[in-house]
Amino acid sequence: MINQLSVINIGLESFTLPFKELKTPHQHVEWRPSLEVSSSAKSVITQHHEKIHNANLEAISKVEKGVPVLHGMGRAIDLIPHMKKNLILHAGPPITWKRMCGPMRGAVIGALIYEGMATDESSAEELVNSGKIEFAPCHEYSAVGPMAGIISPSMPVFAVQNDAFGNMAYSTQNEGLGKVLRYGAYSTEVIDRLKWMQDVLYPILKLAIEQRSEKINLKTIILQALQMGDEVHNRNRAATSLFYRAIAPDIVTVAPDKESALSVLNFINSNDHFFLNLSMAACKAILDPARDIPYSSLVVVMARNGTDFGIQLSGTKGEWFTGKAPFVDALYFQGYSSVDANPDIGDSAITETAGLGGFAMASAFAIVQFVGGTANTALAFSKEMYEITLSESPHYKIPSLNFQGTPTGIDVVSVIDKNILPVINTGVAHKKAGVGQIGAGVLRAPTEPFVKAYEKLALTF
Amino acid sequence: MIQVDGKIIKGRYIDSVFLMRVAKDVRAFTGVLDSAFVVGTSENIELLKSSALGFDGLEEASSNDLVLAIRHDGSNPEILKEALALLEVSKKEEHAESCKSCDSALKKLPSANLALISIAGKYAADEARKALDKNLHVMLFSDNVSLEEEIHLKNYGRDRNLLVMGPDCGTAILGGVPLAFANVVKRGSIGVVAASGTGLQEVTSIISNLGEGISEAIGTGGRDLKKEVGGITFLMGLDLLIHDPKTKVILLVSKPPHPEVLLKINEKLKETHKPVVKMFLGESKSTLVEAAAYAVALSRGDVYLSPLNESALKDEADQIFKTIKKGKYVRGLYSGGTFSFETQLVLKERGHKDVFANAPCTGVNKLANSFVLQQNSIVDLGEDEFTVGRPHPMIDFTLRNKKIEEESQLPETAFLLLDLVLGYGSNLKPLEEITPSLKVALNSSPVIISVTGTDGDPQDRQRIIHELKSLGVIVKESNAEAAILASYLLKRLE
Repeated sequence: MINQLSVINIGLESFTLPFKELKTPHQHVEWRPSLEVSSSAKSVITQHHEKIHNANLEAISKVEKGVPVLHGMGRAIDLIPHMKKNLILHAGPPITWKRMCGPMRGAVIGALIYEGMATDESSAEELVNSGKIEFAPCHEYSAVGPMAGIISPSMPVFAVQNDAFGNMAYSTQNEGLGKVLRYGAYSTEVIDRLKWMQDVLYPILKLAIEQRSEKINLKTIILQALQMGDEVHNRNRAATSLFYRAIAPDIVTVAPDKESALSVLNFINSNDHFFLNLSMAACKAILDPARDIPYSSLVVVMARNGTDFGIQLSGTKGEWFTGKAPFVDALYFQGYSSVDANPDIGDSAITETAGLGGFAMASAFAIVQFVGGTANTALAFSKEMYEITLSESPHYKIPSLNFQGTPTGIDVVSVIDKNILPVINTGVAHKKAGVGQIGAGVLRAPTEPFVKAYEKLALTF
Repeated sequence: MIQVDGKIIKGRYIDSVFLMRVAKDVRAFTGVLDSAFVVGTSENIELLKSSALGFDGLEEASSNDLVLAIRHDGSNPEILKEALALLEVSKKEEHAESCKSCDSALKKLPSANLALISIAGKYAADEARKALDKNLHVMLFSDNVSLEEEIHLKNYGRDRNLLVMGPDCGTAILGGVPLAFANVVKRGSIGVVAASGTGLQEVTSIISNLGEGISEAIGTGGRDLKKEVGGITFLMGLDLLIHDPKTKVILLVSKPPHPEVLLKINEKLKETHKPVVKMFLGESKSTLVEAAAYAVALSRGDVYLSPLNESALKDEADQIFKTIKKGKYVRGLYSGGTFSFETQLVLKERGHKDVFANAPCTGVNKLANSFVLQQNSIVDLGEDEFTVGRPHPMIDFTLRNKKIEEESQLPETAFLLLDLVLGYGSNLKPLEEITPSLKVALNSSPVIISVTGTDGDPQDRQRIIHELKSLGVIVKESNAEAAILASYLLKRLE
């Protein structure tokens, strides 16, 4: 019958004991029940698995072809299609002012003051309550923003183009750490910095970037950074350094004087996460061409607004599927604890959506100090993500996994079937506007958005 | 002050045996009266509430979460934290190299040819189907799989020439490898197809102990020989052994098949000249030990000699009778369902009346309440009413130990009759766990134990037999012998 028994054990781990002692080839499966979905949805999806598979092949091949390049900069109102004077873009799925969390409200207030549309908190709130201000997700305007992710009309944005398909993605310049707008701060200091970024940083950077004959290829920076200890979500030090090396001569070339050149260089240099906004835009640029492929179960967006966690699938077009934004399993900075934490917030989960960030944790062992684990923990997280992704990236390789490509392209069907949720590395904001980052750690995406998305996908057949 | 503290752990899933071990360890903490650690299904939530283990917020739990509940005297404010720490051992192990699905397991082990599935029945059929799609034979240990699902899976498997052993298949030995609850036996030329797990364990162990060996031992699950299933797996297993060059003698073990299925089996048997021993419990008067001995004789070309020495057993009963202090009845507390069945058959056949059982064969009375034993009671502690929320009695001795102590002390109880099943899957430290209760029992009543297993099993069989005898337990090496001894003893007590 069977010449050499070779067993896959699904269930009680104690059953592997004889295989270990008798040296029988075996593999234990840490099985868990699939996430609960309606039986009708399950049977539709199962029935059409071939159609889904083919749609996903098309989707993932588009993702893999992506070449994100930094082409230039401009004001949001000038560059972002359909941007309006009274429109404020925010991170995550759609949300009303009433439901916004502390840090996002603070950031909105700060943006209105920066725009000159309000003078202080109360006039800002009055303006919002009057209904004159519109809100929309960054993602619906080809943009992405970390933490509160607020983009207002006058803000300068990076313009990243996916050279393979011509689509654009936009993000603001990262302000740095501590009391900044994206954490909901709106003091004079914050507004002053935003003005400086608009009046000094932006013009120099814009010129520096645009006068290059060879534009800065973000894909190249990211793939090198992954081999230098970054995962380009929570760890951007190497990528920021590479960007700095690339752009420094251009800054020196275009700056009107030594002081301004120095101030720009020092600004970038003092912020280990300067590259984050660029990596986020790069990831969005890579994923957007894979949208709107009928029957595809590829996740094209994961984003949070501090209240809700939302996803979008390729096969269900622009529909948002949401659930409650969870709290992060974090290590807190001195003086803070979980009682101070805001729920998960920001568009930065677009990095995980593209197979980077938490999915590439095995490239960034330094992250694990926030997880309370060992280097093996980082390896295990990355390895687990291969269970729910469509492919291994042909470009972004992880040295510690023997240069295996990053687990790319989250498949909502696998998420449901295997009950494995995407892992996200992220910072934690204080729940009060303007305090800033209070910790960092790892979280699992919540199940509700994926269940909803699966159910909706089933209805498209 | 007695209080219940609990915690809902969101989004974790840990196998039920591990959970129960943690709950057991927590029960041993100082000040703890009871503890449970379960998946947050609505059934389990009700179970917790009815066991006085409910706590505020319990209703929030879902079947994606784990629930830990501790009822304690309040003396240790850190009790919940300490209990949760026991989980962290598991967390570290979880992050070690592991697969989360059959697909990824196949990538790591492309040589795989069998999937051994022991997850909750609700999900097991799906996983079995997936395994069959990947061209794997399936051993389905899980129970609570519907009859319809079983029929579908077995047909699906048959179409692909793949075995589906189960559902509710506890034992198999393939290529010499013990699967689930099975013993380490010598390899040889006797092939077995069995619809009973402990039945398979008994015959394969005895055959090995007699010096012969097993080619393959195929389990079919308890329902295979019903009319609806039609003996699909039994027939496939039989076919396999008929064509297997290593197999020279075939031994079939089960309860009597449905007549239509029996016809098919007999048709199949015409295809071979190999000698076949048919052990249909309840039909013939023979016992598992006799069937095993007969298969051995056939494989050796020897004349068959019965392994049962009636006069020696009768004499032994007379000796034991002298030590009986009280009562006139036997209390049989079994962990193996087939053993409790075989014992009932022996008693029935030898004319004993007043025999009760929770899972009776025809001619034996059904216990009105499985927990309240009457007269001669033969109890299968592996039945559902005993195993809700606790591991099988072959793994966890807690319930049986309690009953050993209780029943032995009742005035109507003359002696106890137990099985002790060794091998993989079973409790690895049976002696340590059962001895305290045996000591209590032996103060009041003699105890007869049949030990099933081989010297190759992970438990130290020789030491176990030796220690039990030192305690004063009467040890037999087959269930039938123990049952026959019990019968002679009961006759003296009448």
